[in-house]
Amino acid sequence: MASHMLKDAALFLPEIALTVTILAAIVADLIFRRVRAVVPGIVLAGLIATGFLVLGQQGSSVAIFSSMIAVDAFAVYFKLVILLAAVVVVVFSFGSAELQTGGRKLGEYYALLAAAVLGMMLMAGANNLLMMYLALELSSISSYLLSGYTREAADSSEASLKYVIYGALSSGLMLYGISILYGLTGSLDLATINHIVPVVISAGGPPLYGLLIAGILTLAGFGYKISAVPFHFWAPDVYEGAPITITAFLAVASKAGGFAMLIRFLKVTFFDATGVMAAAGTWEAVRGLRWVDLVAILSVLSMTVGNLTAIWQNNLKRLLAYSSIAHAGYMLMGVAVLNDEGIAAVMLYFVIYLFMNLGAFYAVMLIADKTGSEDIDDYKGLGSRAPFLAVALAIFLISLSGLPPTAGFIGKLYLFAALINKGWIWLAIVGALNSVIALYYYVRVIRNMFLRTDEQQSAPLSLSGMQMTMVLALLVPTLLFGLYFGPLVQLAQASVRIFGAP
Amino acid sequence: MGSLGTVWSEFLGWLPHVQLAHFLIVSAIMFSFGLYGVATRRNAILVLMGIELILNAANINLIAFARYGGVNLDGQVAAMFVIALAAAEAAVALAIVLNIYHRFQTVNIDEVSSLKE
Repeated sequence: MASHMLKDAALFLPEIALTVTILAAIVADLIFRRVRAVVPGIVLAGLIATGFLVLGQQGSSVAIFSSMIAVDAFAVYFKLVILLAAVVVVVFSFGSAELQTGGRKLGEYYALLAAAVLGMMLMAGANNLLMMYLALELSSISSYLLSGYTREAADSSEASLKYVIYGALSSGLMLYGISILYGLTGSLDLATINHIVPVVISAGGPPLYGLLIAGILTLAGFGYKISAVPFHFWAPDVYEGAPITITAFLAVASKAGGFAMLIRFLKVTFFDATGVMAAAGTWEAVRGLRWVDLVAILSVLSMTVGNLTAIWQNNLKRLLAYSSIAHAGYMLMGVAVLNDEGIAAVMLYFVIYLFMNLGAFYAVMLIADKTGSEDIDDYKGLGSRAPFLAVALAIFLISLSGLPPTAGFIGKLYLFAALINKGWIWLAIVGALNSVIALYYYVRVIRNMFLRTDEQQSAPLSLSGMQMTMVLALLVPTLLFGLYFGPLVQLAQASVRIFGAP
Repeated sequence: MGSLGTVWSEFLGWLPHVQLAHFLIVSAIMFSFGLYGVATRRNAILVLMGIELILNAANINLIAFARYGGVNLDGQVAAMFVIALAAAEAAVALAIVLNIYHRFQTVNIDEVSSLKE
């Protein structure tokens, strides 16, 4: 037993390293009160070290700690995405003027950020309903505090209140769903539940209704985390009110954790283990429970509501919030496909989404730090005031809308290819129509920057070398992956294997 | 009226024989009250109390299933974790509500809405 634990602990090293980082950050914050760079330095080093430890786990496919947590290629991939996003956000935060106002101490901010990352990494690996719930709450509670970190700003306080109420409600609903699922199947372990679900379904009657209710309630928790309609009500307000670094973090890392957990939950729990063997790389959903249709409906709703509401927004941060809801919808299409191709497309999309979305948020942050506004009307004439930044933002937005030759096009291409190969033509058409709607509001921003002049000839905005490097570091992958995407696609396709699923 | 009386006496006979169903009914009632509280109350504290009711309804479910399902103790262990987590969540939520009160002099959710379009 003890030797088992030790062997499992060796596979848990990345999470242990991150926990040490959190504790070190808190202690360092107490000792080095005056030096601003110490805590972010520690957290950055800890995140990078964790990243290398995660890289060392490539190729393993086991479940550790009595199958509480799975260490497999799928988890490794999502952990790397989350860590990469966190590293970028730490660098953003260090240069953010918004966070620095009022001589605020930021030590706790970085410690909480690392705690949220720990929660998201556990979400990527969670193989047990209790573990899923705990991981979700760890990342959520840290995020509630982070979104209200600029306490004196009314917007930020309001964002944290809305976040905590919607978040606590969704996770409460999810827990109630989990408790019913436990009652029906007698287990919290995903693989065991998978064995019993067909029995429950074939029994019919009240147990089947119970399973449906439990499934929908559990989906509420996942839907909240990935901000899918109709569980998205928190997203616009929180994204607009929170410090912009946290908005970027929530839009990318939090969503990655949520998607990893959702895909694992749906795949491991509800694949049909008894039915006829499907072709390699595809699987059938368990019979009698139409959860695939449910995912497709969520996907259509998220895309349509997200895009149609984004058109009316004047605050760019809020616009990007609705766009991120729409992107959750695009990625849900890949989940509904039920084969490795679809999952690989979602995973590929996440890496691309990371660069283009973080890039867009960073550009908005730099502009807001200089001009003090996120209003799209204030972006008029930006093309001449800050040509480099304006061009960069334009490229990020074009990539978000999915036009070639940017990476966003490749991401959408693989998603739609997976859909069409599987015969989901109507869903693909809805997705394509939505991309056209999306183009409209992205182009509106670009038009304001380049084709409208601003009346009061403001001074040009200058960027420091550090900021320029950071923009380039996000811009180059956005363009590069649009032209040279082979290795990334192969990596995604090699990482779809989930422990305990076909 | 006669049939109602029969039902009532049957109910009274059923009530003392505590089984799984009793706990599930209590839990379902708590869950409904919690959801009703969240949906109707405008005071942030009362909304949070509704959420606590939902969490505890789930706890009752978990423990009752573990006790009467006779399968394993997973549910009871889960309930312990959930209790600890609910405390942490309540602490954070109350800190946020306190901050809101300092900022807006109110804890009414409808009045704290500068972020609407």
